Amino acid sequence: MSEPRRTAVTGIGVVAPGGVNRKEFWTLLTDGRTATRRLSFFDPSQFRSQVAAECDFDPAAAGLTARQIARNDRFVQFALAAALEAVEDSGLDLRPAGTGGLGDEGGDGPVVGVSMGSAVGATTRLENEYVVVSDSGRHWEVDPHYASSFLYHALVPSCLATELACRFGTHGPASVVSTGCTSGIDAVGYGAQLIADGEADIVIAGASDAPLSPISVACFDAIRATSARNDDPEHASRPFDASRDGFVMGEGSAVLILEELSSARARGAHIYCEVGGYASRSNAFHMTGLRPDGVEMAEAIRVAMDSARVGADDIDYINAHGSGTKQNDRHETAAFKRSLGQRAYEVPVSSIKSMIGHSLGAIGSLEIAACALAIENDVVPPTANWATRDPACDLDYVPNIARDHTVDVALSVGSGFGGFQSAIVLSAPNR
Amino acid sequence: MSAAVETAAATTAATAASAVTGEDRSVRGGGRPLGAVRPVVTGLGVIAPSGLGVEQYWASTLRGELRVAPISRFDPARYSARLAGEVAGFEPEEHVDKRYIVQTDRWTWFGMAASRLALADAAYDPADHDPYATAVVFGSGSGGNDFGQRELQRLWTRGRTAVSVYQSIAWFYAATTGQTSIRHGLKGPSGVVVSDGAGGLDSLAQARRVIRRGTSTVLAGGAESGLTPYGLTCHLSSGRVSTAAAAADGYKPFDIRANGYLPGEGGATLVVEDPAAAAARGAPHVYGEIAGYAATHDAADHARPAPDGRWLATAMRRALADAGLAPDDVDVVFADGAGSPDLDAQEAAAIRAVFGDRAVPVTAPQGLVGRLCAGGSALSVATALLSIRDGVIPAVGNLDTPDPGYGLDLVQAPRQTPVRVALVNARGYGGFNSSLVVRAVDPA
Repeated sequence: MSEPRRTAVTGIGVVAPGGVNRKEFWTLLTDGRTATRRLSFFDPSQFRSQVAAECDFDPAAAGLTARQIARNDRFVQFALAAALEAVEDSGLDLRPAGTGGLGDEGGDGPVVGVSMGSAVGATTRLENEYVVVSDSGRHWEVDPHYASSFLYHALVPSCLATELACRFGTHGPASVVSTGCTSGIDAVGYGAQLIADGEADIVIAGASDAPLSPISVACFDAIRATSARNDDPEHASRPFDASRDGFVMGEGSAVLILEELSSARARGAHIYCEVGGYASRSNAFHMTGLRPDGVEMAEAIRVAMDSARVGADDIDYINAHGSGTKQNDRHETAAFKRSLGQRAYEVPVSSIKSMIGHSLGAIGSLEIAACALAIENDVVPPTANWATRDPACDLDYVPNIARDHTVDVALSVGSGFGGFQSAIVLSAPNR
Repeated sequence: MSAAVETAAATTAATAASAVTGEDRSVRGGGRPLGAVRPVVTGLGVIAPSGLGVEQYWASTLRGELRVAPISRFDPARYSARLAGEVAGFEPEEHVDKRYIVQTDRWTWFGMAASRLALADAAYDPADHDPYATAVVFGSGSGGNDFGQRELQRLWTRGRTAVSVYQSIAWFYAATTGQTSIRHGLKGPSGVVVSDGAGGLDSLAQARRVIRRGTSTVLAGGAESGLTPYGLTCHLSSGRVSTAAAAADGYKPFDIRANGYLPGEGGATLVVEDPAAAAARGAPHVYGEIAGYAATHDAADHARPAPDGRWLATAMRRALADAGLAPDDVDVVFADGAGSPDLDAQEAAAIRAVFGDRAVPVTAPQGLVGRLCAGGSALSVATALLSIRDGVIPAVGNLDTPDPGYGLDLVQAPRQTPVRVALVNARGYGGFNSSLVVRAVDPA
């Protein structure tokens, strides 16, 4: 029987609050700076939570064409920008179909796929257009004459995969994974499955969300999931801190180039890390609630480690979901203890949501990017805004200052509305 | 067919068969070689414009009852399209537990109702099994439109305090999967895939990946409900919706008068199992196995179709290669049947390219109910399995005069014939092409 097909990460692109490319993103994280601020995209004064982690993003400067900008919601624009950076970083010749790129090699070339995650898709554009066609909600029977011609493109979030497939001429399997806040991890996990099973040789994988619109802010207000620390927005995202009061909504995208390991090696690609293992489980308990014991997340972690053939003692770094809600951080801490035992107390655990907020489905991909860069640089990003210990959160959360630390194996986890619990293991290329 | 494509297909299939990547294999798979397992479908649940439940739907489909009708859920007078395939007579209280009804959108009601029916049909009670042994993977389309439009209106007319506490969990694309996992206590590796109309097939492909990694049972398929004024407005922007006044003139796949599609609502859930697990528990029905699958993307344009159907043809060829079958083994093609002349011509050309001169029977019964996004392709697979079960191919829906230029054997009346292998196509807006092969399983 032939060797299992393994998956390498050979390119990374990022659009994040406080840094619109890979380098700025990593600098922000390792400086421990926060990119949360008072919401500026619209007047947030009616809302309970008025803080957000916004991207200062110029799509034209990021290389998007006027038409790409006009027809796409911001979440697709982010992904196009991040993918441009990731593809360039990988050195692969991926160009629009019919222009001689890798995708044009048809049956002779590698099969290139797209696996992108998003929790809420084009919500912002759908809301903006709704406001116009309904005249600010005055009419239930909205007027289609005021609709743009790109509205169906926004209605179904698979537009994200379509835009990347078209931009990079990829004819392999393409889809969007939409499992709420674990979408980013799951999209990369599914991408690695496509490679493992021989359904694709290269996959453009990652996630994107741009949820900072009134309806998104309102729906999290309604369940008091977001932080109301409106007088101190820079310090509002406080994972694992005793005074945390909810997550800070963010936006952004990370895109990874996944490649079958032996082919990547053969072409001399730079390999950031390997996707060693991935697993997802559901808590089958509640759409938003979490039991404090963390059983199902612990199971996902255990299976992901198992498939990566690593044990608890091999884990050098945990990138936590660390959303900064009361229940999440307790749940997760319990899951780490349950799955890693004593090792949970020894390994550094941090949440980059403290700096770039929680960009729903996108954040999982940004956290995987952070893990890949931690492996590359042997530096662990900190948990910013950590000041006061919560007795229920008693691990080493790398408070406030990045730490030089050899990282050969990193674990990243996510937990999402719908009860999804996902875990992914990334390991250094020569391990 | 180019030699190059054939080689790639064979390589892909060979690699798939030898892949050893079970995430849980070492833990729960007991060392069985799961990499090449062909999962079986042991339960079907249907909620469609032509019926609640499989038998009602199937009987109506075989009778050729046109269930596209003037929209009744709101007054469509101001819209250029006024017809749709609505699910009539659906009382959520009869199908969904009360506490879920208030938390969820109509789309989720359909998905949960279909899932309950599918589990009953399979005689599978998840409570009898390890909670991690069952997962749910649905294709999702446009999310919770009724809920979404209502809460947007509340926000923009009455302010943020008027927004429902359930908005955050009802509108998003994972709602049906999440609620179904909670309702039935399913802790396995659940998922949500979105590829517009191809989503139902892609959910079955993900279910297969999950089963090959050691989870014995997966609920898969999808549902859709987008018949709100805003949902319809979004459809209209595609420029592909039929503006016919009468249902008989509307969505007419492969007809010389094809003039676009009509949206519909509903979908199907399929219970997909590891064959060994199904046999071990004595599953009452085995409708067939998922023998092969492949997906491609046109990568041409976000809205305009590709110059030709070559990537759809590639998906069909790769799906057949994955199944280890030749085109001659296929007894019927359940087509995507987009209902627009350009897209129908493209699919016809792709079918001819794969099947050559052989006139494989082609059908598209969805002409009776409209296009149900991810729910539609799930329903097509259910329909193909019913065809296998009963040895009858349903007719193309709402077809009067096949376009002779297509050169296809379009099924115009139910055709009694043994069906062992069916190939199902589904395409999604933007360029998604998926093909799935289902095959009869001989009784053990």
